[in-house]
Amino acid sequence: MSTDIAIHDSGAASHEAHGPEESVSRTVYGFWLYIMTDCILFATVFTAFAVMSHRYAGGPTGRELFDLPYAFGETMFLLLSSVTYGFVVLAMNRMDKRGVLIWLGVTFVLGLGFIGMEINEFHHMITHGYGPDRSGFLSGFFTLVGTHGTHVTLGLVWMAVMIFQVLRKGLSVPVQSRLIRLSMFWHFLDVVWIGVFTVVYLMGVL
Amino acid sequence: MFGKLTLSAIPYDNPIIMGAVGFTLVGAAIVFGLITVYGKWGYLWREWLTSVDHKKIGIMYIVLALIMLLRGFSDAIMMRTQQLLAFGPDHGYLPPQHFQEIFTAHGTIMILFVAMPFIVGLMNIVVPLQIRARDVAFPFMNSLSFWLTAAGAMLIMVSLGVGDFSRAGWIGYPPLSGIHFSPDTGVDYWDWALQLSGLGTTLTGINFVATILRMRAPGMTLMKMPIFTWTTLFTAILILLAFPPLTATLAMLSLDRYLGMHFFTNGMGGDMMLYANLFWVWGHPEVYIVILPAFGVYSEVVATLCGKRLFGYATMVWATGVITVLSFSVWLHHFFTMGASATVNSVFGISSMLIAIPTGVKIFNWLFTMYQGKVRFETPMLWTMAFLVLFPIGGMTGVMLALPGADYVLHNTEFLVAHFHNMLIPGVLFGMFAGYEYWFPKATGFGLDPKWGRRAFWAWTIGFVLAFVPLYVLGFLGMPRRLDHYSNPAWHPWLEIAFVGAVVILYGIICQVIELIVSIRDRERLRDFTGDYWQNGRTLEWATSSPAPVYNFAHIDPVHDIDEFMYLKERGLAYKRPAGYSDIHMPRNTPAGLVIGSLAFVLGFALIWHIWWLAGAMAFAIFTTLLVRSMNDDVDYFIPAAEVEKTEAERFRMLEEGERRLSEGRGGPAQTPVILVHQVQQS
Repeated sequence: MSTDIAIHDSGAASHEAHGPEESVSRTVYGFWLYIMTDCILFATVFTAFAVMSHRYAGGPTGRELFDLPYAFGETMFLLLSSVTYGFVVLAMNRMDKRGVLIWLGVTFVLGLGFIGMEINEFHHMITHGYGPDRSGFLSGFFTLVGTHGTHVTLGLVWMAVMIFQVLRKGLSVPVQSRLIRLSMFWHFLDVVWIGVFTVVYLMGVL
Repeated sequence: MFGKLTLSAIPYDNPIIMGAVGFTLVGAAIVFGLITVYGKWGYLWREWLTSVDHKKIGIMYIVLALIMLLRGFSDAIMMRTQQLLAFGPDHGYLPPQHFQEIFTAHGTIMILFVAMPFIVGLMNIVVPLQIRARDVAFPFMNSLSFWLTAAGAMLIMVSLGVGDFSRAGWIGYPPLSGIHFSPDTGVDYWDWALQLSGLGTTLTGINFVATILRMRAPGMTLMKMPIFTWTTLFTAILILLAFPPLTATLAMLSLDRYLGMHFFTNGMGGDMMLYANLFWVWGHPEVYIVILPAFGVYSEVVATLCGKRLFGYATMVWATGVITVLSFSVWLHHFFTMGASATVNSVFGISSMLIAIPTGVKIFNWLFTMYQGKVRFETPMLWTMAFLVLFPIGGMTGVMLALPGADYVLHNTEFLVAHFHNMLIPGVLFGMFAGYEYWFPKATGFGLDPKWGRRAFWAWTIGFVLAFVPLYVLGFLGMPRRLDHYSNPAWHPWLEIAFVGAVVILYGIICQVIELIVSIRDRERLRDFTGDYWQNGRTLEWATSSPAPVYNFAHIDPVHDIDEFMYLKERGLAYKRPAGYSDIHMPRNTPAGLVIGSLAFVLGFALIWHIWWLAGAMAFAIFTTLLVRSMNDDVDYFIPAAEVEKTEAERFRMLEEGERRLSEGRGGPAQTPVILVHQVQQS
């Protein structure tokens, strides 16, 4: 992932000149710190899931519930959307507004596909009586996958706002800064999903 | 329509609660009335409520902390009174349920709404000045952090009059805090108050790591940062690492309570020990989050008021770093008795004892700074010396508790209560009071009256000893904590002494209120003309006027030394008139933080009472506010050079005035001759 914005050392002589670059790079830096805190939040939820992972309370196990090809399909949606967001940043670096909008749209649709599949899976489980209140294991499952899903949903809302802002404001410096931060957020969610897929689905089924 | 909320949620029949509610409402009405009578709403809105200036946000944090200190102390003295009365056949004046709410509220308020806003307030006022920056990295986010914290505090205040507060203790262990044993809204008040303020604190952590690592003046390398800035950096890092687990854990407790999940329930696969572990993964580092800035304050005060460079700067930094790292390896000592193996307990016992080593290093550094120094017995120094005497006692009882064998005997007794109050009152609170006295002139432009300050100091110190040493004894006599009634006659005399201690502390608090009023009345007498109130300030916050102009420093000059201001004074460069000024780029004020904080308060209230439509509406309103804010790219402005020049000319006029008063022997709080003569140099 390329942020393409020079990080100034705080000791640099140009400190007094609060140029837009300094402001953008500082914001990106702050966003890295936020991602770190979010990472720890996920770590806590992962820990809870790990503790809960075999507490079925007489309910269904992961092997009975999970459909690995289905989860793999979800994963492909999300991974592809990360690639297409890479194209957003490339287009942005060329200052190609049309390209940015197209690839943002494609990413949005792929993300929506992922969320749609997840909601469908949840709906299916709940209507069969395997909701989050069935067992400790299912509480852990719904919370971990749901926390990720909530993040992706918020990412989609943010993406919609960015499409609107690119249309209204063009690729101004603040808009670019937000596109870069959304890129960090989106790729981060991708990385977390790799963990979710491995720990929840793969280890649950195998 | 209103979820679980009905008129019966207001406890009309309880005279104690209604008295407290009435008292709070009358107080609020008087404040609102005075603001209206003096026509200050516009001023308040423009200069304070919508401000993104770190100095003003810092003051608002400290005002919040002081108000909540009054509330937390009221809870404390009510508990002391109950334990004085509820002996043998007498059952005191508080029913058990109310007593439980009070000790829960006391712990929650004192840690999260007194200690936290106090440290964050001092960090806000001081850190940008110490690193010669114009503001924090994200000024709007700073304002948002404050308003989220205030929203959490408001939820706790509302719980006084609408519904109950939690009875599950400030740590809220399930299954007691679960829906089965706490079906009312008390735990939800506690939960959402912590969530809102915790979110605000996390944002503060991000802000200060970014500020300190990215915005120091040129030349200020890490090992040239003042110690208070160092401790703030480590505290901010601890916040980033420790608060997300709290957010996640409280969210899981909410899921158990709202959606019937089974994280921490008693059955269906729930695991209560998971809560204990996750809570203390936050809870123990939290102790260091509040104590490290206090250590920073003591370091600054000792160096300035002993007229010496701090002894062992590098060891101080490393000791702080070691405490930061070790703080994540000790959480299990909070529940040695809850079923871990002997091996696990031993490992955590040893790691807990290890923390005494870097802390001891710090104590010796402060003592060696005083050694052969010119100790000035100003109020901040008094608090520091009380800390140096009392804190090690608490540290040593902590090492006792870190022995799992001893902990089995002392766990959940008054000995434990005495230990952690011995850490938090002489450690954290005295540090906050020292910082309050020390930086008050920097924040407001005038100092605090030393006579009332000394009275407050003696009352607090003597009151602390009277109130908490008996609790150590009571622990050895086997008295469990949190008793609303007891029958053992051997305990009674000690509880009488403890009550007297609480009354003496009350006198200390009254002295502090009078101190503040007297100082505001006599502000002309206590005026700080030079900006260097203690007259041998060492770090950069003393290099600018008091209060500092909105832009803090007209020029961001390079830094040469740890004690940069002393370095400049020794070379006669501290008050040099610059050749000229340039425009200064500053963030614009915005009401967005206040709006989001208020909406978040209503959102929390709606979630507590299951008023779903209102919760949805508030969530949408918060999103809309953020969206509107993000559409606005015009978030900063330039202060023209001419205006800077005018402000600075006034600053130099004040300096000359201060100089004249000093030469006439009046002005300034110094009891001993000032080391350095101020030189106003004309260029």
